[in-house]
Amino acid sequence: MDQAIIISFVLSVMTASTPLLLAATGELVTEKSGVLNLGVEGMMLVGAIVGFATTVHTGSALLGVLAALLAGAAMALIFAILTLTFLANQVATGLALTIFGTGLSALVGASYVGTAVEGLPKVLFGHDALVYLSLIAVFAVAWFLRRSHRGLVLRAVGDSHDAAHAIGYPVVLIRYLATLFGGAMCGLAGAYMSLAYATSWAENMTAGRGWIALALVVFATWRPIWLLVGAYLFGGIMYGSLAIQAAGAISLFGYPLVVPSQLVSALPYVATIAVLVAISRDRAKIRMNAPACLGRSFHAAG
Amino acid sequence: MLLRLEPRGQRSRLWTYASPLLALALTVVTAAVIFAMLGKDPLQSLYVFLISPLTSATGLPELFVKAAPLILIGVGLSLGFRANVWNIGAEGQYTLGAIFAGGLALSYPEAPAILLIPAMMLLGILGGMTWAAIPAYLRTRWNANEILTSLMLTYVAQLLLIYLVTGPWRDPDGYGFPQTALFSSSATPPILFEGTRVHLGVVVAFLAAIVGWIVLTRSVIGFQLRVLGQAPRAARFAGFSQERLVWLSLMVGGGLAGLAGMFEVAGPVGQLTPSISPGYGFTAIIVAFLGRLHPIGVIFGGLILALSYLGGEAAQIDLGMPNAVTGIFQGILLFFLLACDVLILYRLRGPRPLAGGA
Repeated sequence: MDQAIIISFVLSVMTASTPLLLAATGELVTEKSGVLNLGVEGMMLVGAIVGFATTVHTGSALLGVLAALLAGAAMALIFAILTLTFLANQVATGLALTIFGTGLSALVGASYVGTAVEGLPKVLFGHDALVYLSLIAVFAVAWFLRRSHRGLVLRAVGDSHDAAHAIGYPVVLIRYLATLFGGAMCGLAGAYMSLAYATSWAENMTAGRGWIALALVVFATWRPIWLLVGAYLFGGIMYGSLAIQAAGAISLFGYPLVVPSQLVSALPYVATIAVLVAISRDRAKIRMNAPACLGRSFHAAG
Repeated sequence: MLLRLEPRGQRSRLWTYASPLLALALTVVTAAVIFAMLGKDPLQSLYVFLISPLTSATGLPELFVKAAPLILIGVGLSLGFRANVWNIGAEGQYTLGAIFAGGLALSYPEAPAILLIPAMMLLGILGGMTWAAIPAYLRTRWNANEILTSLMLTYVAQLLLIYLVTGPWRDPDGYGFPQTALFSSSATPPILFEGTRVHLGVVVAFLAAIVGWIVLTRSVIGFQLRVLGQAPRAARFAGFSQERLVWLSLMVGGGLAGLAGMFEVAGPVGQLTPSISPGYGFTAIIVAFLGRLHPIGVIFGGLILALSYLGGEAAQIDLGMPNAVTGIFQGILLFFLLACDVLILYRLRGPRPLAGGA
């Protein structure tokens, strides 16, 4: 293979991986605090349209990214109020957040279909700052959870909220912050979709990436560095499925092999299931690494 | 904090039923505010959304037609949700039911209706069950989370449907549109009331809710499902097989979703196209919660959310609003419902009296 082709392949895979990595890193921190937010897809979509609309009106991609970050956090705030203050079921609330976010983004986005933006400026090696931010974020989160005092406290809250509360840590406040961080990262992931990946808005443009990000957290068994492996693996699969469709047919040992494009598009979803099964069958490993209080409501007695 | 939550110690029966009503009221108020923000007259918009769909002659029958798939899917989901089996891929199971039944209808258009309709119903159920069997197997055998697997399969099902209607099953006389030929008249479920679209599936949906109610309240399986959801440890000590209940929840949920898909494509839609569902599989999740995870409650939940679809269509025509408004209201309704449900287990109390006070 030509060197230029390899470089272009690596660049494309990085582009496809970045939204997954951003969203999964945020969700990992949320889950480590014991909160399971299934609304990733909805938060990404709202981030995507808010970032896009802001960029169209202000002409500044930076403001767009900031607005997307805030929009993601605002969506997460709805989730946090419902599950942490009103003690609502986290699974159901996360689903509600996705249904709401899908509708809201479609309503706001209706008038932006067909509009194009210039997109994020490239800073280094043909990539924009968000690509590098996603890499920095994953290492920063790894350091934070493993090495910092606050990271340890966050993990304690996720593993035993009763013990953390008894020692005097503000369980609910810490979970609020972790949930808001997760939402902000999902907003960034959405902004990357509409401002860098596509540079346009389309209804439901995330196409299940939020759910794949959720699966990546399980794949990584809640260890940030493994998110990097998972996100780039899936970025590769997504780029591969696009490349096969663009080529129209692939040749196998010199024979042309015609594959219907829909079946190729199904590849990332099938791969997600396969990866999930491969990791989950090791029950002991899941139990060792999953936050023990994941998805459970906390109400301080007395 | 001015207000705090105090555990009641037991479930409040009053709030179990009052919470959906309060949530509905809050949703209507919020909807009025959103309409005002969009620059519409709130009262007139609410009238268009909530009342106008029912005022025409076909309004009420249409409500039942739209509610039928929601009730069918919602009944199945409510049984599973009670046992903490989160099948959120009903949309995909619905699609597979439609594909299985549609395939039969296209293969044997000349078969007599008396044979074809029951066979399509069976294949619809089988299609949904097949798709739900995948997450059931992966969960029980490999411990894979059914939320993520069932949802991923929804995307796969949609792509499979698009492949079929643009490829091998495309109507050769359809001017290249991505759709199959129209089903024959013998593949169309009988209309129950002349001049409406109320078909056999509406009755089947109500029957499913009644059967679901009996199973849940009067059978050992129903008891086991309820125990598994409310007290998983007790269920384990009692020796209830969790694997069997996971399978059962997904098979019932998948089968009913598949049946819903069959009735929808054979009845109101009349062919396979890429857009055979306005998200019934996801809306049915809200239906199940609004119906208190109770099959009879699901009937009411189904009718209310069916109204949100009709209202969305009316708002699109009369007010020029995008169809997405429906999804927003559905999401907001579920938000309020989940928030109000806190009152079932907790009561609101004022500030704590000062220490030493009387």
